[in-house]
Order: sequence, then C-alpha cells, then structure tokens
Amino acid sequence: MDWTIWVEWVVKGFVLCLILLTGFAYLTLYERRALARMQVRVGPNRAGYQGLLQPIADAVKLIFKEELTPAKVYKLVFVLAPVLTVVPSLVLAAVIPLGTSFTLGGRVITLYVANLNVGVLYLTSIASIAVYGITLAGWSSNNKYAMLGGIRASAQMISYELSLGLCFAIAIVMGNSMNLVDIVNAQKDMWFAVAQPVGALIFLIVTLAEVNRAPFDMPEAEQELTAGFHAEYSGMKFALFFMAEYQKMIVISMIAATLFFGGYREFWFLKDTIFSVDRYWFLAPIYLLLKVVVLLFFMIWVRATWPRIRYDRLMAFGWKVLLPLSLVTVFITATGILLNDLYHVTIIGMPVYILAIPVISIACAMVAVSLIFRSLRRKSDGRI
Amino acid sequence: MGVFDPVLELGRGLMETLRSFWFEPTVTYQYPEQKREVRPRFRGRHVLKRYENGLEKCIGCSLCAAACPADAIFVEASENTDEKRFSPGDRYASTYEINMLRCIYCGFCEDACPTEAIVLGDNYELSFLNRRDAVYTKDLLLESVPTADTLTPRKVESGVYTRSVPEMKDPTD
Repeated sequence: MDWTIWVEWVVKGFVLCLILLTGFAYLTLYERRALARMQVRVGPNRAGYQGLLQPIADAVKLIFKEELTPAKVYKLVFVLAPVLTVVPSLVLAAVIPLGTSFTLGGRVITLYVANLNVGVLYLTSIASIAVYGITLAGWSSNNKYAMLGGIRASAQMISYELSLGLCFAIAIVMGNSMNLVDIVNAQKDMWFAVAQPVGALIFLIVTLAEVNRAPFDMPEAEQELTAGFHAEYSGMKFALFFMAEYQKMIVISMIAATLFFGGYREFWFLKDTIFSVDRYWFLAPIYLLLKVVVLLFFMIWVRATWPRIRYDRLMAFGWKVLLPLSLVTVFITATGILLNDLYHVTIIGMPVYILAIPVISIACAMVAVSLIFRSLRRKSDGRI
Repeated sequence: MGVFDPVLELGRGLMETLRSFWFEPTVTYQYPEQKREVRPRFRGRHVLKRYENGLEKCIGCSLCAAACPADAIFVEASENTDEKRFSPGDRYASTYEINMLRCIYCGFCEDACPTEAIVLGDNYELSFLNRRDAVYTKDLLLESVPTADTLTPRKVESGVYTRSVPEMKDPTD
C-alpha cells in the first residue's frame, strides 16, 4: 500500500478530531447564548468579543479544578468510564461524508475519513457503545443516584435504539445503499426529510433520547438524581462526559443531516445552479455546517421549551408509540418504493407510489397522535 | 379539547421561546458598566451626615451601637471645645467604626440615631480582601464637606453651638 494514503488518513483523522473538539467547545457557548436569549438573558459575553473566549476559560477552569475520587468507587472502571464515553463520540464521525473531493497535487482527496460500504451499520453499532461508558460510570461510582442514572441511560438507550435503527432502515431503503456517500447522493433530487417527513421527525425525537438531551435527559435529571451518572465526577473527568455529550450532539446532527437533510448537498432545487457542490467542492462542508447548526438549534430550542417527561411515560412513548410508528413508516416506505419499481405509475409526470409515501405516513402519524390523546384522556378520566 | 390540541400546544410552546429568542429585549444589566438604580428605601453602606454648615451630625451618643443587633458598631466619644469643634453640643465621636462583615443592614442604627447622623446609603459595592479592611472607620463613613471653609474640626465663636440635638420643627413629624 502506498505510504501517502497513511499520511492522508492520519491528517484527515486529526483534522476531524480537531473539528469535533472545537465544535464541542463552541457548541457549549452556542447553547449557553441561545438558551440565554430564549430566557431573555444575555449569556456569557465577557471573555473576548461576545464571549468567544469563554470555552477556553471554561477549559482552563476545569483543568485546574481538584479532581475527587470518592473512597469506595471501583477505581479502574471509574477512570475508564469517561474515556469509554468520549471515544465512540469521536470515532462515530469517521464515516460521515463532509463533502465530495478535491484535487491536491494530482491526488484526489475525499472529504471523509472512511468510505465504509456498511456505514449505516457502523453508525448504529458505535452509537450504542457510548452508553456503556454512562452505565459503567453510574455503577462504579458506588452511589445510588449515579446507579439509577446509569440504569436509566441503558434502559432508555435500548428502548430508543430500536426506533433509531428503523429510521436508519428508512434511509437505507430510500437511498438503496448502506453507504453514506450513496445515501447523500440519492438525495440530489429530493431530501429524504421531504419524501418521508415522519421518518425524519421520529429520527429527530429519537436522537434527542439517544444523546440524553431534554426532554429525555432522565439519566442526568438534576432534580431527582442530582446529575445522575456523573454525580461523583469532577474536573477533567466530568469535562470528558460533557465533551462526549456535546460531541454526540454534533455527530448526531451530522448523521441526521446526512440521512434526511441532504448531507453536504445543497437544497435540491439549487442542484444545477452555481450553488451546487458539484460545481465548487468547498461549498459542501459549508452546507453541512449550516445544516448542523440549524439542527443543533432545534435541540437547544427544545431544551429551552419543553419540560422533562416522566420516566414511565418516556418508556411508554418509546415502546408504545415510536416503535410501532417507525415500523409502520418503514413498511410504507419500503412498499411505496417496491411498488414504484414494479409498476411505475405516473400522473402528470409524477410517480404516484413515491408521492403516496409521505401522505400515508403523515396519516399514520396523525392516527398515532389521536391514539395518544385518547389514552391520555382515558387516564385523566380515571378509567385506567 | 380537540385531538390535535396537545401537538398544537407543543408547537405554541416552541413559538413562544422562538419569539423571545428573536424579539424580546434582554432584562440583564451589564453590571460593572451599567448599574441599576436602587429603591428609595434601599439600605446600603452607611454614611455619616453633616449639617449644612459642615459640622458633623454625630454626637457620639452610642445609641446606634446599643441598637445594633449584630454588635457591629463601635463608638468612642470625646469632648468638643470651641477651639476644635466637630459637632454641635458637648461631645463628638472621636472613633466611629462599623464592621461590615458583622453588619446585617437592618437599619436599626438609623432609627436609633437622635440627630439623624447615620443613614444607610445607596452603595452596595462593598468588597475587601482582608478582615481588617472590613472595618470601616470614621473618615471612610463621613460625608465629604460641602465647601472647603466648613472643615471639621474648626474654631467657632463660643455660645452658638450648645445644643447637641437639633430642635424639632414639628414634633409629630
């Protein structure tokens, strides 16, 4: 094997890590500022212009903080857990295409670290490894609250992973590939979020649970679990958990953008203009960044708005609503695509079966909403 | 309540936060640059007042120290003479110290003072780096003189400032 390919991999991996680490630092600032504005506050604006140096100040503070290791923890696991949480969140980004490719010194350099042909499977497997870190942190802390937080994290992960997998399946079926580059290129004419809005919505909800964000942040519920699984952590170990959470937010937003919002591609109606990524390769990372920023804003927005839901309702929502609904959407999507391949029926030039996918999915989502409503009303009437 | 109302309510919640994100002005005071007006009856750092002629109102009676529930005030009185007059009447406070670490800003000293000499002012920016600095001495507490010729102590003609407590204009006031 050519030695330059190793250099390329190392450089690309290094750059990706740098992107994620800087992204994490500035995401904390972004979240604090956006959250503050929603709560009619200003947020950190002292360190540097508009608080741009705040992440550095935070990092310095956390590094110099005293690190406590409680006496009765299982030390090896206690130290290992933060690392186990961070590493998957970094590794996860390896398969996500950040752009097309460019030529440097007669050599085509692609803007992704690895072009895995089973990229989606890689994502599902690595994404769920991160929960080991959280569960082990909760268990090794030798603290009831931390333990509860860790258990909640794993229970929640199992419940929501299923719907997440099914959402991945929707993207796989629509993109007709497990390769993320192919999935992005399949969205050249239409984003999957438009073709399958219910799938995209379920994906967004599930990712909130996956990264333990409000309103599904039960593992670290401050009021009931006193910060849950990381209750016993301080200093840099705590910073690692923090880092893992925010990097996962970034990566999950990248995945959501890749699977449902056209990845690094432009808006589908701009595909033949000068704004196309086929014309200028450097537009691709910019488009992806914009999409990620919008999706992150959505996460922050939701956190600022909705209260945390009760734990039994969280599980009920995952198992009784999201799982059946995502199963139905996968079925509808697959059937629609299959029928379209078999009998290509068109009305005024539009494929009927493809158009039927979003319509029927939205109808199913409405049925789901009405069923939730009826069940809640029955409960409030005291009949159950 | 309609079937889709819960979903609409969720959406309304989102719109509310988005509205405050874009349109609502912040309520934050950018503190060191931008200070907030205190309320009329705010109880901040103490000030020892003077009369218009520059003489100190405090006569060193120690009623404030007696009223202080935190025992934060220490007063030591000395005799006034017409050669070196600080305040009207016989005596003045030669030492007046308030320990700001003990003070609870209750305002009882203000109420106890017969000459309205001690007043809790507007200043709330009290900070010190050691306990010694927390004891505010008389020269820190005393109001500055209105004009340069009204400094205390000063020489006055005898027989003018004999009454230590000013005469009340309206006893019901």
